[in-house]
Order: sequence, then structure tokens, then C-alpha cells
Amino acid sequence: MNESFPLLEIDGVTVAFGGLTALEDVSFAVREGETVALIGPNGAGKTTLFNAVCGLVRPGRGTVRIAGAPAPSSATGLVRAGVSRTLQGLGLFDTMTVLENVLVPLSTTGGDTARAAATLARLGLTDVAGRAAGTLPYPERKRVALARALVTEPRLLLLDEPAGGLGADDIDALATTVGDLAGDGRGVLLVEHHVDFVMKVADRVVVLDFGRVIAAGTPDEVRGDPAVEAAYLGVGAA
Amino acid sequence: MDRLVFLVAAGLAHGAVLALFAQSLVIVWRANRVINFAQAALAVVAVYAALAVTAVSGSWWLGAFAGVVAGGLLGAAAERGPMRLVPTHTPLPGIIVAIGLVMILQAGLAIAFGPEYQPVPAPLSERPFVLAGIPVLSPYDLLVLVVAGLVMAALALGFTRTSLGLQLRAAAFAPETARLLGVRVSRMITLGWMLSLATAALAGLLLVPTELGLHPHALDGLFVQAFAVAVIGGLDSPAGALLAGLLVGVLVSLVSGYLVAAAAPLAVLALLTLVLLVRPGGLFSAAKERAA
Repeated sequence: MNESFPLLEIDGVTVAFGGLTALEDVSFAVREGETVALIGPNGAGKTTLFNAVCGLVRPGRGTVRIAGAPAPSSATGLVRAGVSRTLQGLGLFDTMTVLENVLVPLSTTGGDTARAAATLARLGLTDVAGRAAGTLPYPERKRVALARALVTEPRLLLLDEPAGGLGADDIDALATTVGDLAGDGRGVLLVEHHVDFVMKVADRVVVLDFGRVIAAGTPDEVRGDPAVEAAYLGVGAA
Repeated sequence: MDRLVFLVAAGLAHGAVLALFAQSLVIVWRANRVINFAQAALAVVAVYAALAVTAVSGSWWLGAFAGVVAGGLLGAAAERGPMRLVPTHTPLPGIIVAIGLVMILQAGLAIAFGPEYQPVPAPLSERPFVLAGIPVLSPYDLLVLVVAGLVMAALALGFTRTSLGLQLRAAAFAPETARLLGVRVSRMITLGWMLSLATAALAGLLLVPTELGLHPHALDGLFVQAFAVAVIGGLDSPAGALLAGLLVGVLVSLVSGYLVAAAAPLAVLALLTLVLLVRPGGLFSAAKERAA
């Protein structure tokens, strides 16, 4: 990674599907040790942006750069470039054990069982390492998905709705974990609907609506923005 | 009693070959959700290659090795060639292309080598050992059991204990997720086909000396029985293929020995029907379907 560039730099990205513009001229950056939250109503283009970063959709205009270099077009290249993501639907291999789930990304980048075990220990999953992932309660499955993303020790972590479906205690624990990740010098970009969680963990918030950035700034700045209230937060929210 | 022991022993040896071939169908099913109806035709090409190498070298073992390698290469060629071009949103195009491949390969073999059976001697004696006055397994039967057991154990260990096996399983169960995690899914699918056809070729090599000989259709019957075995065991289950293979092998042997050989296919179909009625996914099917 080149230290002088942002970990992730999105510059003027526009994505269209046929006649529908999903993203229009979106620009922002994620730096080392920074947590950036991407919020917006359903259909605002958040997941499309994630997919553009991961090379799953190709921008019609604009560029995505990872540490100053064009983002690799393959998932393998992205993992090797130090980028990792979780999926909105978890995407665990339910019939595999928790340990095997965490070993899958290591099998492509090199790494041993000790590193996987250390990651599981960090997220409190050691006791369930030998259990099939599909048999775990939902909050633990969320942690397995996070462990799988963390095990390759990415510099940039993309989290797709990490707090979705979690209770208050689990969200508090997740906020601590995400705070620790940024403290380690990682960049974190997360898509999230849970506004309280976003306001707690994010250093900066980018608000999308109809594929355009309508606000960006610190949580306090965004919270007071009338355009954001109108588009997403609603009166009295957060 | 003597007859029962003999028939069960012979059934286990035949069942090991069935299990091996069924294993090959399970591997390709797990790799990309395809029942390869060209499995027998591709495998028989590999057996012809083995026979050619045996004829030149004089060594059955060298021929067998060449046959397994040829099977792997044919698997890669089939997957990277016709099967990759087939639309995958519905199974029918894959079945039709596979059947077309069968016709081309079997006609080509008949043109190249003739339609007659070519006798293939076994590398070891087929005379059974006699224990306490009861004829049991022959040295060749023992070889079949040992080789099939070792290969299936190696496959099981490879899939569960190695990094490559983990990637193969990840690519098979949830290809899109695996791709996002950096697994080269396309390469894994090709590798799955190579393993599958190498295994099928080995099963064919082990079967042919116990039958009438080599012929373009020599493995058709094996495919039909092994397909039933794979479904009975559960198409997702390597362990199911092993146990169902041994079960069907013994069933065929007993029905052939006590009734008539012509009744054996009916017995297999009856067992298949029963299993499909009671447990449609197979006796050892996984609870979860493959994810997107």
C-alpha cells in the first residue's frame, strides 16, 4: 500500500443500468484509521457503490482507486490488494465449520490455521470454531462473517449492513469492534441503516439519495443537514 | 451359507467400483450442479488410452496411470469446451450436449477401434481364495477394493483437509461468495471435472477386466447403476456414494446369484424408487442446498 494516498478514493463515479442512473458523479475517500459510513434510503445506490469498488459493476465514468492504484477488476486481485468485504446476506458456507469458513479466504492468500484461530479468538468465536456455521444463532453468524473478512488482515474493510438484525447489546459490541479496527489503522467503509450505530462509529458520513451525494461530513454535520432530514432521517430521527 | 458369503464378497468388490464411479458423478455435481451424462463415454475413451499404453509398454500399471491422466485431461477438455458453452439456467441444454458428446465419442471409438469387444486381462488372478472351503475374493477383487478404498479416502482427505479442497468446496457450495473471497471459481470447476473424470476412468479400468472386455459401450451399464447409486446415496454426499455403492453392489450380486442376472437392474430400480419415495434427496443428502 502507498502511504501517501487514501486507502480508497472514489472519484466522479457514475453507474447506469440501461436508462436508470444508479450512481451519479459520486466522490469521496477513506483514509487510514478512518471509518466512513454510507447511508441513504433503500435504492439510493449504496450497494451499487460497494459493487463498483469490488469490480462487480463497472462505472461508466469516474475511477475507483485503492491506495493510489486503479482498483483490481477481479475479486482475487482485490483481496491481494488488502481489501475485504462482508455481505449483506452473510454468505456463510453453512455446512462448513466456523473455522473452515474463516480459512477459505486464507486458502487463496496464504496463511495458516493459527491466524484463523487468533481471529476467531478476537471475536469470541473460539468455542464454536468446530460447529457448522449454519447452526449458530444470527448474532454469532454475523461475527463469523466479520471474522472471515478480517482474517486476511485487510487494510480496507467494506462492511455491508453490519448491524442489521442485531440487538442492542450486540450492536454495542460491534461498535467497539469497529472502533478497534479503525484504531489499528484500517480504513472502514460501511453501509448501514441503523442511524444510532452510524453516528456512534463513523468519523465521516456520506449520504446518498437517488445515486447522488446529498451530504457529507462528520456525524454532527450530517445530522443537522436539512436535506438529509428530508431525504432519509426524518423529523426527530436519531 | 457358502454361497451367501461368496455373493456378498463378490458384491462388495463390484460395489467398490460402483461407489468409485458414483463418486465421480458426485464430484462433478458438486463442482457445478451438472449430471454429466457423458461420464461413461469420456471414461471409456480414457480406458482405450490405457489399453493402448499397456499394449505398447507391456505394463498394466503404466497403462492404468496413463488412463487416469487421460481421464483428467478429458474432463478438463469437456468442461472448458462444450460444457462451458452450455447455458446453465436450466439443466436441459447440458443434458442434450452431453448426449451429443456420447454419440460422437462412441461412434468415433467404433470407427477407430471397431465395434468388437477387446479382451482386457486383469493384472492379478481372478481365481478366488478359498477360506474354510468357501470361495471368497480373488486377488484382483482385493486389488479393486484396496484401490477404490484408497482413492475414496484420498479424495475425502483432499476435500476436507487441504487448502485446495476447501476452495473446491467453497466454489461448489456458493460460487459467487467464494469468488468474492478470492477463490478462482472457474479454475476450481475445471479441477472438479478433472478429478471426476480421472476417478471415472479408474473405475472403468477396474471394471473392464471383469466384464466381456473393452467396447465403446462397455461402461454404459456402469453409468446407469452408478447414477442410481449416486441418487440413492445423495448427489451431494461422497460418503453416501460409498455406502450406497457397496449396498447396491451386494444387492446386484445377491439377486443375480439367487434369482437371475436379468432381475438385478429391476432390483436396483426398486431400491431407487423406494429411496426416492422415502427420502427424495437421497439417504445421506445434505440439509442445505447450494447458495447463489
